[in-house]
Amino acid sequence: MSRHTLSVLVEDKPGVLARVASLFSRRGFNIESLAVGPTELPDVSRMTIVVTVDTLPLEQVTKQLNKLINVIKIVELDPDASVQREIMLVKVRADLDTRSRVLEAVTLFRAKVVDVAPDAVTIEATGKDDKLEALLKVLEPFGIKELVKSGMVAMGRGPRSISERSLRPADRSA
Amino acid sequence: MGEKITGAQSLVYAMEAAGVTDVFGIPGGAILPLYDPLMDSQQIRHILVRHEQGAGHAAEGFAAATGRVGVCMATSGPGATNLVTPLADANMDSVPIVAITGQVPSGAIGTDAFQEADIRGITMPITKHSFLVTNPDDIPRAIAEAFHLAATGRPGPVLVDVSKDALQAETEFHWPVQMDLPGYHPITKPHAKQVREAARMIMAAKRPVLYVGGGVIRANASGPLRRLAEMTGIPVVTTLMARGAFPDSHPLHMGMPGMHGTVTAVGALQKSDLLITLGARFDDRVTGKLSTFAPHAQIIHADIDPAEIGKNRQADVPIVGDLAEIIPELVLAIEAEQAAGKVGEYEEWWNLLSRMRSTYPLGFETYDDGSLSPQYVIQRLGIISGSETIFASGVGQHQMWAAQFINYEHPNTWLNSGGLGTMGFAVPAAMGAKVGRPDATVWAIDGDGCFQMTNQELATCAINDIPIKVALINNGNLGMVRQWQTLFYNERYSHTNLDSHRIPDFVKLAEAYSCYGLRCESPEQVDATIEKAMGMNDAPVVIDFVVHKDAMVWPMVAAGTSNDDIMVAREMAPDWSGEDD
Repeated sequence: MSRHTLSVLVEDKPGVLARVASLFSRRGFNIESLAVGPTELPDVSRMTIVVTVDTLPLEQVTKQLNKLINVIKIVELDPDASVQREIMLVKVRADLDTRSRVLEAVTLFRAKVVDVAPDAVTIEATGKDDKLEALLKVLEPFGIKELVKSGMVAMGRGPRSISERSLRPADRSA
Repeated sequence: MGEKITGAQSLVYAMEAAGVTDVFGIPGGAILPLYDPLMDSQQIRHILVRHEQGAGHAAEGFAAATGRVGVCMATSGPGATNLVTPLADANMDSVPIVAITGQVPSGAIGTDAFQEADIRGITMPITKHSFLVTNPDDIPRAIAEAFHLAATGRPGPVLVDVSKDALQAETEFHWPVQMDLPGYHPITKPHAKQVREAARMIMAAKRPVLYVGGGVIRANASGPLRRLAEMTGIPVVTTLMARGAFPDSHPLHMGMPGMHGTVTAVGALQKSDLLITLGARFDDRVTGKLSTFAPHAQIIHADIDPAEIGKNRQADVPIVGDLAEIIPELVLAIEAEQAAGKVGEYEEWWNLLSRMRSTYPLGFETYDDGSLSPQYVIQRLGIISGSETIFASGVGQHQMWAAQFINYEHPNTWLNSGGLGTMGFAVPAAMGAKVGRPDATVWAIDGDGCFQMTNQELATCAINDIPIKVALINNGNLGMVRQWQTLFYNERYSHTNLDSHRIPDFVKLAEAYSCYGLRCESPEQVDATIEKAMGMNDAPVVIDFVVHKDAMVWPMVAAGTSNDDIMVAREMAPDWSGEDD
């Protein structure tokens, strides 16, 4: 099993998220994260889907995804040739005694504090998941009250765009 | 145009523009606005069925018999949910149908309104695509796209759900419409390099088999297939969905492979060194235990659907495209190979296959007590009604016998529910086929279990002058389930006895529906009864063939076991040893 990041361009139409999500569950795949949002093209949304799966079943689910009428294109992003980022908000217990040590960790990880309360701070951090995990490990001893992650978003490196024809779609391997 | 009309009128115009001539359906609250202008259509004949499931299967039967898109209609909620089974069936067997359903007014969607069901959501995993239209201006485009999606690429069912307010509101009708399907580009033209590679492999193979699936029929590629088989002399097997894609009378035909296939067809696949797979999908009923399927074979896999390739069995040469283009190109590539002096040498292969064929022909038991063998009935039916006849079957033993003991000579003459295995398919599918092909004789071959699921459509047939014929293979039991109980559950017959030798009286039932009802209980009566039914063309006919309940379908590859363990009869395996290389 290995981790794969799929970028899926879809028509911005009602029901499309349900179609994609249900296809994964119907074919027995567990989605690690899924992030959806608009793109540079009007009426086109982009999903970034992270799955842990073997190569062969991944090919099958990619082909099945491609059969969905509202799916325009699927590209698997190679981690070495793409930028992958996730945003995390974490609310950490921090009173007068511990706050300075929490803030030290924030600085160290180039995260930032976005909200402060008398006994807690909310931290925003962006990065790949290993960095976020490392930050969490440092913060854990203080007490994590709440945690939310956006899901991974990713983009290929270099000058080309996923919406250009020249990029090889993931399903044409057959 | 520019004329102000209702969304409902626009929908009728759009269906007419899409070429619709026949629709099967039932009105109800949410779709009522559509039924009003439908009444005035000169082009569209609406056939009022008795259950929406019947409408769906009739649309399938129409499509499978004619190659055109079949259409069914239903109202919101329960009307629409009753279409779920036929939609799933059409999805599994790649049948092009369009279902049009009424939906509650858009303002009420999501409120659990009366007769509300999220049919677009419900049908997402069982259709090729599904639309919800709430703006009347979108109706023509949705209809155009639905028919295009249903008929092109890998065919399949498409649902268009239209809210009641969209049907009632004012709009304008424009046609043709610009379709907006940026994610839909079925590949039809095969990759030339792959075709050449396939041709090379075919010439080099010693034991090739043409493994032909239903895709050949949907692609209308029977003609090219025949050319390919004859120019190479390669044996052909046709799956349950492909019966009729290649003439059964042809000497190259080895029969049907699979769980109840012929020993020769199953054996050919197991012993093959090259499967030329055309529009087939390595279904579990064909492969048996997948890891032991055709263990020596390389695989050429040609299909319109890239997702089928490599799904169950890895392909050595994948070819994505329309079989109506692939097979002719393959023929050309083989001609080039043959012109270069290469000829396939299959003599030893044919020696082996011919031995198998003569040693293990299909057969069946007859009974000393004078009771009827169901296989005999079906065999005679095929012979007497002739090769131009269309047969629609239900699901179970009678389906397998109909696939085994009738010779199919033409595509689109064998309609059945292969993938989903939907009991009750036969009568409504036969009805749809008869509507699409009124000049053809259409027989439904049904079991007594299946028949009791959808026989209400006999009323539809009788009232609308759709004179189908029904051969009811009445063994009083859920025969296939009973067979499994015999073989795998120690002959404990839990809830498979339907008692339908007693209840209902199928002859009286047929007569109650204003159909002819005949009964046949002994071998001597079979021919005369069938001939009598063949002469009754002013109303539907039902023949109640009362058959022996213990007849079993053989050969059989038990579920989950290897094709190598095929049984020709109970506890009787064919002797393949010594035939091996």
